[in-house]
Amino acid sequence: MSDSNFDVVIIGAGPGGYVTAIRGAQLGLKVAVVEKQHLGGICLNWGCIPTKALLRSAEIYHYMHNAGDYGLAAKEISFDLAAIVKRSRGVSAKLSKGVGFLLKKNKVTVVDGEARLNGPGKVDVSKDGKAVSTLTAKHIIIATGARPRELPGLEADGKLVWSYFEALVPETMPKSLLVIGSGAIGIEFASFYRTMGAEVTVVEVMKQVLPVEDAEIAALARKSFEKQGMRIMTDAKVAKLDKATNSVTATIETADGKSETITVDRVISAVGVVGNIENIGLETTKIKTDRGCIVADGLSRTDEPGIYAIGDVAGPPMLAHKAEHEGVICVEAIAGLDVHPIDKAKIPGCTYCHPQIASVGLNEAAAKLAGRDIRVGRFPFMANGKAVALGEADGLVKTIFNAKTGELLGAHMVGAEVTEMIQGYVVAMGLETTEEDLMHTVFPHPTLSEMMHEAVLDAYDRAIHT
Amino acid sequence: MPIEILMPALSPTMTEGSLVKWHKAEGDSVESGDVVCEIETDKATMEVEAVDEGILGKIMVAEGTDGVLVNQVIAVLLEDGEDASAISTASAPTPAAAPTAAPAPAAALAAPAVTTPVPAPAAAPSGARLFASPLARRLAADAGIDLNAITGSGPHGRIVKRDIEGAQAGGVATAAVAVTVQPAPAAAAPKPAMVDDASLPPYTEVPHSNMRKVVARRLSESKQTIPHFYLTVDCELDNLLALRKDLNSRSDDYKISVNDFVVRAVALALGKVPEANAMWTDTGMLLFDQADISIAVAIPGGLITPVVRNAGAKGLVAISAEVKDMAGRAREGKLMPEEYQGGSFTISNLGMFGIKNFSAIINPPQACILAVGAGAPRPVVKDGALAVATVMSCTLAVDHRVVDGAVGAAFLAAFKPLIEDPVSMLL
Repeated sequence: MSDSNFDVVIIGAGPGGYVTAIRGAQLGLKVAVVEKQHLGGICLNWGCIPTKALLRSAEIYHYMHNAGDYGLAAKEISFDLAAIVKRSRGVSAKLSKGVGFLLKKNKVTVVDGEARLNGPGKVDVSKDGKAVSTLTAKHIIIATGARPRELPGLEADGKLVWSYFEALVPETMPKSLLVIGSGAIGIEFASFYRTMGAEVTVVEVMKQVLPVEDAEIAALARKSFEKQGMRIMTDAKVAKLDKATNSVTATIETADGKSETITVDRVISAVGVVGNIENIGLETTKIKTDRGCIVADGLSRTDEPGIYAIGDVAGPPMLAHKAEHEGVICVEAIAGLDVHPIDKAKIPGCTYCHPQIASVGLNEAAAKLAGRDIRVGRFPFMANGKAVALGEADGLVKTIFNAKTGELLGAHMVGAEVTEMIQGYVVAMGLETTEEDLMHTVFPHPTLSEMMHEAVLDAYDRAIHT
Repeated sequence: MPIEILMPALSPTMTEGSLVKWHKAEGDSVESGDVVCEIETDKATMEVEAVDEGILGKIMVAEGTDGVLVNQVIAVLLEDGEDASAISTASAPTPAAAPTAAPAPAAALAAPAVTTPVPAPAAAPSGARLFASPLARRLAADAGIDLNAITGSGPHGRIVKRDIEGAQAGGVATAAVAVTVQPAPAAAAPKPAMVDDASLPPYTEVPHSNMRKVVARRLSESKQTIPHFYLTVDCELDNLLALRKDLNSRSDDYKISVNDFVVRAVALALGKVPEANAMWTDTGMLLFDQADISIAVAIPGGLITPVVRNAGAKGLVAISAEVKDMAGRAREGKLMPEEYQGGSFTISNLGMFGIKNFSAIINPPQACILAVGAGAPRPVVKDGALAVATVMSCTLAVDHRVVDGAVGAAFLAAFKPLIEDPVSMLL
């Protein structure tokens, strides 16, 4: 076997690709992963991780401003933007290096370059336009991820109109900012820049902010954002952007037919992401695409035998942990293990704005739409001892059960640290617990997680502290 | 080391059975998957397949032996290069005295290679812990399903929600089972259940499969609780048959059936009369945005309804490929629950059996089912004169709580022209 022949070649070393590579290696497969830029992909270098570093700076800055609430004093509070960005980049660099180490430890071959399918079983790799090598493999896994969606007229230009790439490395703090789109990416940047002092306007085309979240949770989040001084316009659309030398005037149309112009220093375009399906040689295969993503089945198999697609490029939900899990199932099936397709109803989602949002499963509207007879439980942060002690009394935990079977259909949270709590419900759903098992589970006191217990009890009119 | 073949357990309560017949003789070579012998209990006969390959070295239990204890060694398989002398080192018959007794060390060593591919839960001795998720237990209790009869597909054979749903829909659990279970022949069930009914002729009692129970329960419930009414329409098929012939002559990649046209026509007609694409619930009527068409497929022991999702958005070739694929897998019992659950409208086609016209029972919770008969030459009146046309009768069964007579008629009025002038399906 030559060095260019592998059991599995993975295209892209994002969270889906590198995790799949390691799992494949654990199973004794000879694995190569081709990456054109950074190990760890967007998630680690330009997404999940560096934004968390920025938001941590914002969080501490926020605490400093509110030190008085806790009997502390902080004077002359200020920040050094360059240092905040430098820390964020440092975090990414460190973790990217860590991925390289893990791949090496697991004897995964890392190929530096751009991959292109050359029919089934073959991948051509080039670097700076020059052919480097051709890899052959029985199994090829496409994990090329996604990139910012561009809407005509709202394209990022890197200077006045930013995508997440530029928004992660600002040289100066804009005084005013327009964020187009209120999904996780848009809201996290809005939260960071607002906390750091910018005047922030968020424009969302849908009826609610965070459109995929439960309407009640999104409404509470919106109230918090507005209390922090954010301006939120829903049911509204940015019709055009007029650029001056150092500012942008945006024309915003609202659903009632009115239009308004606002002038801001910078614009962040966060209108979603699209799969990276171009220039990877899909045309040399039988692979089908649909709305910018590769069509694949529950075990990530495409229409071309021996080629698989996982993660963002294989369609929503476009989340790093979905990509990882899909990749693991895919490579385990390749290795002959008995696996089941990922259950998309049990993939949690987290948004790290202030307050945080976390959810899993069906929201109330979707559960009703599915014709389910449901029971809904709610528990507010202000009735939880730990939340009050933390000074984080805004928030809500909400549960949705199938009234007939007691199946936990969904859980939705807004408030402090909820992103660290949601996995409790995810485990419960994964193990198919019913309300009874959750009621019998002991939650430690005093914790925020007690609200998860109470929200279950409340669905059956048994909450203690309300 | 020679591989022992043990007496398998067919059910959790089985402690012994009869070895009816050996399909292989001593000295025969055995391939993986070959049927080695047949085992019988009071309920069923079972073929035991080999997992490993080798030479059948020695038969320890002769055929026709009754009362063979579960886990007793019934034969020994020799691997390549081994000769019969190796058998002397193999364990003598070690009947399991009680189901809870620990296996003999030799049997334990051989365990991974043993050719008794009975699903783990079924092989568990009675009284052993049964692994099932809390939700699966509750769903099973509600549906009256015995968990002991279910093969778990979760981690370590745990029974999970999808296994219960699979059982409800007709025992199409996804776990691979290498044992083929057949209803016992008459000889094995000499005692009819209704012995006091002397007026009956001799018969064989076939135990209900889960699918049979589900079919019985759901359709009784449907016919008893849903106010059915029926509307019949005759459709001339000649244009459709000509178009079908033309389309099918263009490529060998597909072969569109009349039923594929019916699926598309129903979906398009539902698009025109969306009130018929509906479902009754106690709180309100659900009006669907797309037509997910369930197709009744006969499978051994019952029927199942794979669903063509959003059929109105699919072309004939796509519909045809999807139906063919799902019907094929349905017959093999390999459909995933999401492939046969849901659906907003059902089509049942008995045309291939030459049935002229029939009335179907509504597939709850849906509101309509279209029963499609055979297309056959019939006299028709055209321009005041008798003529011959190929005519297909379709009867729509309708839930009157959801769809009134005029709406049902409007649906058929939209459906009929699509069938009679199939080119209009392009519009």
